[in-house]
Amino acid sequence: MNAPLSAPPLSHLGALEGEAIHIIREAVGELERPVLLFSGGKDSVVMLHLASKAFWPGKVPFPLLHVDTGHNFPEVLAYRDAVVAKLGLRLVVARVQDYIDDGRLQERPDGTRNPLQTQPLLDAIAENRFDAVFGGGRRDEEKARAKERVVSLRDEFGQWDPRNQRPELWNLYNPRHRAGEHVRIFPLSNWTELDVWQYIASEHIELPSLYFAHDREVFERNGMLLPVSPVTAPRAGEQVSVRRVRYRTIGDMSCTGAVESEASTIDEVLVEVATTRITERGATRADDKLSEAAMEDRKKEGYF
Amino acid sequence: MSTTTTAPAPGASEHDHLTATSPAPQPRVLLRLATAGSVDDGKSTLVGRLLHDSKSILADQLADVARVSEARGLEHVDLALLTDGLRAEREQGITIDVAYRYFATAKRSYILADCPGHVQYTRNTVTGSSTADVLVLLIDARHGVLEQTRRHLAVAALLRVPQVVVAVNKIDLVGYDRTVYEKVAAEVRAVSAGLGIEDITTIPTAALTGDNIVHTSDTMSWYHGPSLLQLLDGMLPSTDPVEGFRFPVQLVLRPQSSALDPRQIEYRGYAGQLTAGQVHVGDEVVVLPSGLSSRIAGIDLAGRQLDSAVAGQSVALRLTDDIDAPRGSLISSAADAPRPVTTLDAMVCWVAEQPLQVGSRVLLKHGSTTVKAVVDQIKGRLDLATMSPAPAQALALNDIGRISVRLAGPVMAESYLETRHGGAFVLVDPQSGWTLAAGMVRGHEAFGDSFTPPDDWQI
Repeated sequence: MNAPLSAPPLSHLGALEGEAIHIIREAVGELERPVLLFSGGKDSVVMLHLASKAFWPGKVPFPLLHVDTGHNFPEVLAYRDAVVAKLGLRLVVARVQDYIDDGRLQERPDGTRNPLQTQPLLDAIAENRFDAVFGGGRRDEEKARAKERVVSLRDEFGQWDPRNQRPELWNLYNPRHRAGEHVRIFPLSNWTELDVWQYIASEHIELPSLYFAHDREVFERNGMLLPVSPVTAPRAGEQVSVRRVRYRTIGDMSCTGAVESEASTIDEVLVEVATTRITERGATRADDKLSEAAMEDRKKEGYF
Repeated sequence: MSTTTTAPAPGASEHDHLTATSPAPQPRVLLRLATAGSVDDGKSTLVGRLLHDSKSILADQLADVARVSEARGLEHVDLALLTDGLRAEREQGITIDVAYRYFATAKRSYILADCPGHVQYTRNTVTGSSTADVLVLLIDARHGVLEQTRRHLAVAALLRVPQVVVAVNKIDLVGYDRTVYEKVAAEVRAVSAGLGIEDITTIPTAALTGDNIVHTSDTMSWYHGPSLLQLLDGMLPSTDPVEGFRFPVQLVLRPQSSALDPRQIEYRGYAGQLTAGQVHVGDEVVVLPSGLSSRIAGIDLAGRQLDSAVAGQSVALRLTDDIDAPRGSLISSAADAPRPVTTLDAMVCWVAEQPLQVGSRVLLKHGSTTVKAVVDQIKGRLDLATMSPAPAQALALNDIGRISVRLAGPVMAESYLETRHGGAFVLVDPQSGWTLAAGMVRGHEAFGDSFTPPDDWQI
């Protein structure tokens, strides 16, 4: 096996952090106009934390982009604005509501706006001439994502072609592209949900309060606990009750379910994540249940 | 960071050998695997079994697979479905692209690059092998070593994957016969020895039934070795055996007025990831290609000052002298620093549709440097089936060949034999941006001492 080591090998979190910071710095070294997708969800929060570490003691040298469905949890918007102010960053917001108001997009019959994010996202990328878009996507999330490159090309229509991806060799990332194309960059590709939580705990990263157990008025639909809110009202026959819940993922309020939980601290969340029997998307995302290839189809069209 | 690794891996508590906690718990280590095998040798089933039996598959994923298996009229739950991610793959029942899988035990976090077995997808095996600490190669016990097996072993040798584990699979279909296993194991050892692969282990397995994948098998009393997962749990990530350290500079951090902390306005640090060795405060260094000498004044990780850093860590180095070390420079330990070169003699695996020809103008990326390059010579093509070189005018998709390139500027290339990071490069099409080739700088020999290609191929 290996020759004896004079230093112990890096812990898995140390190795994942080293890899992610390297990827973020490579993109900034090679490209002109990067942007970081920032939703206030835990993966984007970890991304921003890593970016802050990558460029310390300087500021993060790129803006944040939030695709606002108009169905955000208010706690998450407040968190987003506080972080942006603290780090002195520029925030670009692309609003789905604007597209619905002027007729470029139509509300879906099921009320969810997650699939409607793609067009505002692609327009914001084009208008701001962003050439690299950092995302917090992880390969363990979903089977189409398992085939995604760390640096992934998008054509001028924002489309992903999974059958024609560049080989990614060693740690030599290739973000080159033609005018009009851009790359999506996923520094957390090799992290799992548990890695993200362990990293949040070890780095004492602050998260939106929704990730921890709280009392909330919810009702059950398609096996998911949806909040009673201006955009998600119970239909006839759907029982409303106050339950102790938390969120494992945070997305559009209309399609992100809560899970029953008593985990109110980071350590309690860690134990819960380590022993769960359901994937985070399986537990909480209605949009992935649409078909066997729902995520693949959305990714091909330019979704993150 | 060691404080965070005390939480058990998903489901680990259900497995005694996975939770065998030592008195002083070690931090979990990241181990990168690549799997390879021929079509229909049960690779997807093996990966599915590894994930399933290590309790890395969660209830909803398994229910999903069970539902699809039933819809297809299968009598058993087809674990191979766990790894087929794209619609085209499920429709055709094949794996097209490298898929990455994650699972963990109490000792290791695994990243598994699952590489397709089809001949036309050699580039995927090259991709998976380039980052792998361990190659897990499957052989169908009924068929023994095939041409495809030789190719995969040749790629592993060329890419210098440090450890190879061969699962002699479908042993159930030959009646768990010891003589069959030993014949195949001897055959694969002979091929590997010819390629200069030193560290190879064989295991008899039956992925369909789970024998020797996670748990040791009761049906093969003649086999006393570990299961595949027990074996992997004892392996360590590879490190380049260099004396000193290597640190390609990615960026210069000079915040000036944009510093978040006013005390850091004068800060000047070199940002990068240590690719080999260890660096300590006070080390004598040389900055290349300029050749200027200095010392390490500080090692910073976002405001935390470290005494030392190891390969894999991303940090910022401060030097005692105010010298110019822009992106593309290499900070190296002074005693064993590489020499900048402007010509390279290299093995390449061609991964693009358009062929390589003499005179092709390309970009070459090595470390954090990208330079213009011209292909001067194609010295030949390697036939992976026979391992013999043949003359070639061009290299086509999936060809492996030897070329020489001339560079517009210096790179700090080292022999790939000695250091994977120091010897690896990619060629990129300057127009389309497409990745053209995986390149490995020749040292004195490409395949190790025991591989003896014809004289003019000694690498």
